[in-house]
Amino acid sequence: MSRIAARFEQLRERGRTALIPFVTAGDPSPAVTVPLMHAMVAAGVDLIELGVPFSDPIADGPVIQRATERALAQGVSLDDVLDMVRQFRERDTETPVILMGYLNPIEVMGYETFAVTAHAAGLDGALIVDVPPEEGHALVAMLKAQGLDLVYLLAPTSTEARIARIGEVASGFVYYVSVKGVTGAGNLDTAAVAEKVGLIKSLIRLPVGVGFGINNPETAASVAQVADAVIVGSAIVSRIEALAATPERIPEAVADFLTGLRQAIDEVDAHVA
Amino acid sequence: MSTSPDNFDWDFAGAASARRSHPGAYDWPDAGGHFGPYGGMFVPETLMHPLEELRTAYERYMADPQFQAELDADLQDYVGRPSPLYHAERWSRELGGAQIFLKREDLNHTGAHKVNNTIGQALLARRMGKTRIIAETGAGQHGVASATVAARLGLECVVYMGEVDIARQEANVYRMRLLGARVVSVTSGSRTLKDALNEAMRDWVTNIDNTFYIIGTVAGPHPYPAMVRDFQAVIGREARAQMLARSGRLPDALVACVGGGSNAIGLFYPFIGDEGVAIYGVEAAGDGLQTGRHAAPLCAGRPGVLHGNRTYLMEDNHGQIVETHSISAGLDYPGVGPEHAWLKDSGRARYDSVTDDEALRAFHHLTRTEGIIPALESSHALAYVHKLAPTMRKDQTIIVNLSGRGDKDMHTVASHDGLVL
Repeated sequence: MSRIAARFEQLRERGRTALIPFVTAGDPSPAVTVPLMHAMVAAGVDLIELGVPFSDPIADGPVIQRATERALAQGVSLDDVLDMVRQFRERDTETPVILMGYLNPIEVMGYETFAVTAHAAGLDGALIVDVPPEEGHALVAMLKAQGLDLVYLLAPTSTEARIARIGEVASGFVYYVSVKGVTGAGNLDTAAVAEKVGLIKSLIRLPVGVGFGINNPETAASVAQVADAVIVGSAIVSRIEALAATPERIPEAVADFLTGLRQAIDEVDAHVA
Repeated sequence: MSTSPDNFDWDFAGAASARRSHPGAYDWPDAGGHFGPYGGMFVPETLMHPLEELRTAYERYMADPQFQAELDADLQDYVGRPSPLYHAERWSRELGGAQIFLKREDLNHTGAHKVNNTIGQALLARRMGKTRIIAETGAGQHGVASATVAARLGLECVVYMGEVDIARQEANVYRMRLLGARVVSVTSGSRTLKDALNEAMRDWVTNIDNTFYIIGTVAGPHPYPAMVRDFQAVIGREARAQMLARSGRLPDALVACVGGGSNAIGLFYPFIGDEGVAIYGVEAAGDGLQTGRHAAPLCAGRPGVLHGNRTYLMEDNHGQIVETHSISAGLDYPGVGPEHAWLKDSGRARYDSVTDDEALRAFHHLTRTEGIIPALESSHALAYVHKLAPTMRKDQTIIVNLSGRGDKDMHTVASHDGLVL
């Protein structure tokens, strides 16, 4: 069983909804990322999504675009990100880590080199935003051969047929994009999310995470009522941005924010239990 | 190319030889939008179903005689087609080789080939019940062509344009605003065409219910490269018929500039099966390929994935897209339409490049010998003709796509010559 599957299995047994943070690797500087990852684990997160900087992030809103530009200005590459995973694993062998990013840096590294290096570094999976199930069969095969999970996005525009098709290739969990829009969008419609997550669960056996537009404890709590995982990105990244000049304060500030989300989610879990 | 072949899902060599054994059977893209290993649909999940709806609508209306009749009527009465095929006798004589014919897309309404495509896509948008159109633009020609058809059809129009391009194409920005479009300045990344495309994609993913994204070139995810090609192929269909009517035979060579590559594909596509017709695409070498300051992915880049398709790109060793340079804003793009990538690899077309200086010399030369002021984009194709024509016999012919007129480039050319207008 993969580390991701094992983690969701534990969570299910304990009646706990996962909290998954996203941070852009190397933002605002490479030295911040690994200590930040450990601080987030201490604050109660269950899995970490690490963003790989790419020059043309078409699915990202302004907050993550700027994080990407800060990281690229420091020269952060896919090799560097995998090295951060390796360093994180020196002290944490339990918390699953997935990469979230775009195909081209992997394309240049070469699929096999990426898969082998990622596995050796202790990575658990990848969500490649611009690779739908119709594309990238060679990449999928290469990652699966190394035991890496392939996390796919689902969207409000995904039809039942597409959801079922993605269920056949995805592993680990699926990531439901709660709004039509880019990362950091607002106006999450909780009722609409509940309905779509219900549909997804009727078609796919994997855990369902929900992200895009979750930026406070109240929204996190309402999403936790329907999802297996609450995914938070831009709200964290904007806190990192605010402290970019004093990076030593970032881990604690992010941990404080995540602790608030964790408590809100725990209250929902206790109520449901 | 340094990308390992095992990255590709396509049996590249096998497919190529299969195609060669059936000459004339060129029917790319495949059902998934692939041209050999290029093209495809590399987009976030939110866009997959909308792209499927677009593909379905596009296929339906391309086979619908009523839609075609409406499109043809607009191309004739609103755009002014067919555009002339003009024998540039004086210029041909000066170059001392092949007879050169200019396909006069510069005479179209709005001054470039771009409108052939925006008319088609806007009519499609209306059939699909979309009330808002968005577009990206580099030189501003596609933005103007989009704003123009939006005004005519009463559609809301938003045009994304890089901050750098807005500064160097003020006249077109004003033109778009006059036409009622909102021009949004894009300040992310390199603040040019690629970033405008990123921002338009973000708008589309956010406003998918009422919005139609009119992509201006043969790039983007399937079905855009095929759809834009099909709307632009009127250029080549006309040119082919005009040349046959005039001389009773096909041209010996075609030449067109390639940024994203829509004017080039428009000219080339109807000739792909004509094996005797040599095809040349001309990229922007900027300050020179050796300087790294250029926009020539086919000549000096390698395959990768950007903006929804696999194609040749300009990128660094880590897969980050790099900034490009060309004196011509319309060619200043780090990718190229996937069909060009395939025509290059399959050997059916040849791609070369000319520098800013060569393009400027050709700009002045055509202006002074024929009384036609070409766009800086088209001047790249003309500069290549300067090299090609003298190597050919006087009884041979070249069709060069004069894809746009140079009015928009007065400030750029003047400042290059040390003048302020």
